[in-house]
Amino acid sequence: MAPRAAARLESLGFDKVYQYEAGKLDWLAAGLPTEGTNSDCPRAGDASRKDVVVSGPKDRLGDVRARAQAAGWDVAVVVDADRVVLGLLRSKELEMDSNLTVEQATRPGPRTFRPYVSTKEMADYMVEHDLDSAPITTSDGKLVGVLFRAEAVRLAADRNACTRKLIANSVDD
Amino acid sequence: MATLIDRAVVQEMAEQGAQLVEVLPAKEYAEDHLPGAVSHPLRQLDKEAGEIDRERPVIVYCWDAA
Repeated sequence: MAPRAAARLESLGFDKVYQYEAGKLDWLAAGLPTEGTNSDCPRAGDASRKDVVVSGPKDRLGDVRARAQAAGWDVAVVVDADRVVLGLLRSKELEMDSNLTVEQATRPGPRTFRPYVSTKEMADYMVEHDLDSAPITTSDGKLVGVLFRAEAVRLAADRNACTRKLIANSVDD
Repeated sequence: MATLIDRAVVQEMAEQGAQLVEVLPAKEYAEDHLPGAVSHPLRQLDKEAGEIDRERPVIVYCWDAA
């Protein structure tokens, strides 16, 4: 739609026309503010926990488990140096042999979600797919936080949902 | 042909006074739009083009690259 609009404006004599190619989904995925009726509905990015335990692929699993336990977490997110999500360590993986490296134990390619999805949509999805927690990432894969089902369900019950469903554009699996 | 730009350039140009024009249907604009953007749905663009300042850069966008 934007390419056609840009072409039409140029044909009408506008000579300084630019197209934001990645568009509104990219803006939302970056967690940037918007205006409009949905701007105050709770979204996955806002509701996600940012104090998540992260580890690198070469870390020793026992060390990550100790950090997770100390912080009261039963999940850790495996990221690279740019905080791009590589995998997840849920409680099953965290309990494996302490001497394994994280990359030996990790669950690769976890399903990730964009920060603009409403908590109502996230709650419905997480209940339907029996997900206790879900990594929230930007469109370029960088970790924003981890959303817990209990928090998504609580917020979904408390507040109105965004009126447009966006999860289909959001999930990477 | 319009110049394709990314998010960082959009932010920079908007700060410098470029006009952001969402060309999606008005209902979708009403729900969520970029800060400061105005709504000129594609189907109404011919009729509303006179409301857009020709002297300033115009950045059009929709949901994605489609």
